[in-house]
Formats: sequence, structure tokens, C-alpha cells
Amino acid sequence: MSATSKCPECDGDVAVGADAVKGEIVSCPDCGAELEVTAIGPVALALAPEAEEDWGE
Amino acid sequence: MSEPTVGVLLSRVRVEEKLLLEELERRGIATKIIDDRELVLRLETQPDLGVDVVLERCIQHSRALYALAVLETWGIPTVNTYEVADICGNKLLTTMRLIRDGIPSPRTRLAFTPESALAAVEELGYPAVLKPLVGSWGRLISRVNDRDAAESVLEHKDVLGTYMHSIYYVQEYVRKPGRDIRAFVVGDECIAAIYRSSDHWITNTARGARATKCEVTPELADLCVRAAKAVGGGVVAVDVLEGPAGLLVNEVNYTMEFRNSIDTTGVNIPGKVVDHALSVAKKRS
Repeated sequence: MSATSKCPECDGDVAVGADAVKGEIVSCPDCGAELEVTAIGPVALALAPEAEEDWGE
Repeated sequence: MSEPTVGVLLSRVRVEEKLLLEELERRGIATKIIDDRELVLRLETQPDLGVDVVLERCIQHSRALYALAVLETWGIPTVNTYEVADICGNKLLTTMRLIRDGIPSPRTRLAFTPESALAAVEELGYPAVLKPLVGSWGRLISRVNDRDAAESVLEHKDVLGTYMHSIYYVQEYVRKPGRDIRAFVVGDECIAAIYRSSDHWITNTARGARATKCEVTPELADLCVRAAKAVGGGVVAVDVLEGPAGLLVNEVNYTMEFRNSIDTTGVNIPGKVVDHALSVAKKRS
């Protein structure tokens, strides 16, 4: 069962799947902010870090 | 030996990492997530990490590179190796390996001042492409169509960039057919490929390019496996341009993204990556 947490950017409701893991990236359906799951049980969200110069693949 | 324990070194769990973790879980393989943000590597003493192989999936090249350097020195098998990360994370070093192994790639010049870089651009002719040595997702690469644009970009890099932006990597612009090819190589096999199509000259899917299936022809497979071996081999994604004179290897990526390529190609890419990581662990056990 998914859990719901508040978006730290816009306070909208963000559903996080039951299979979510710490460190996973989700998007806020309201404002589109990229969020990181920082804890599960209960779910906590934080703004994901902005891309830095050496990020990539 | 029993099934190896796989360590997954990561910064954040993107779609790719999640797919890899799901694949490991589905097979019942013991997995240990190593978050690079929490890592303290005590260099004098090799710890028992409790893993038989580390699958590197850091989003930051620098973290990947130096973590791999330490792990490899400790004798822990890694996918990919420090060498592969070092070469693929740097466009100049990649190009040098491709040239060394006779793999066709765009003509490239290296220069160290804005003036000599401008001379390099003019030698190649317009349009030309300027790229930072380190970077991904098509960021900060510039197509300069004339001398005015070249002077402007070079001045900006010189004045506003860090010192690494004053190592000028200048490449010929290859007139490709509105797309490039991304081919996935795992070990000795080119397992799948996609076309990345865009109206923009930058055809990274991170920049909105569309992914469609590309047939892996013997020619493409041979080229990409050779390119993978040139950079040290392992799990890599090879970017190929269809130039007027034939296929050219543009770049090789060592922490490849593949979210758009599984359904597109019908190939279980995370499954192939896990297979490879297990084979590396078993080979060195």
C-alpha cells in the first residue's frame, strides 16, 4: 500500500509506493519538484539535490 | 561457492538503480546498498564490506572514480573498474583510446588557450563542437556555427569557467540524420541498441530525444564491442554517430542509463548487468 507525504516545496500530497526505498527519487504531481525519499516507515521527503557539474552517466 | 553478495554503490535511487535492485531481489541475491553520501573509507585498513562485487551506480563521476580507486586497491571486484570510469569519465581520454585502437571517431583537437582553441576550431571548420572534458547529458556542449560564436563561447569558458573549462576539446560537427545510436555493451556482447531522435542537434534522451529500437547489425556490434574493449571493457553504453562516411564512435558511458531502452528493445538490460556483475564476482573468487 502506498503512503502519502507532503511535498516540502508546495505542501501538496505526494504518494510514495509501498516498494519505495531510501534514496529513491519521486516527483511532486502538483509542482513537479524532484524529491528524494529520505526515510521510509514513515515516509519522509526532501528536495532532491540539484545536478552538479560532474553528474551523469 | 555460494551465490555472491552484490554491493550497489549509489548516490540516489533512480529508475535504473531501482530496476537493478528489483532484479537482484527477484533472483534472491543478497544485496547491500552502499550510499556514497554515508561512506567513510578508512584508507589504512581494509574493512570487510561483506560483498563479493561492487556494482558502481554513483551519479557523480568524481565519487565513482575515487571510490573505485580505493575498492580496486583493496582487491574488491567492481563493475565497472577504476580504469573504465577514469577513461569514460573524460572525453579526451576516451578519444585517445578510440584512436589508439583504430576505432573511427570524430576528428578532435585539444588546445589550452582561447587563441589556440580558436585556431583549432577554424582548422576543423564550421560548425564545430566544443565540449567540456567531464560532463554528461549533453550539458555545456556547444555547436559554434561561425567565428563570432566561437570567440564568444571560448571567452565565456575562459572567464567564467573553472580551470578545467580552459582545457579545450574541439571536435568536428558530424552531420547526422537527426538521430544517433546508443548501443549497450555488456562484456563481449552488444546486447541492444536504440536510436535517439531529436529535432535538436543534441540527441540525448535526457534532453528530450525519442528512443526507438535500433537493430544490432554485425557492423554495429563489432564497432561497439571494440569501443568497449578500448576503454577497458565491462558494462558501457556506446554513443555512435551515423556520419556521411560511416559509423563513428562519439562517446562511451560507464554508468549507463537505460530506462528508455528496456521496453524499446525488449531486452532485460538490468538482468544482463546483474549477470555480468555475478560473473565478475565468481571469476575473481
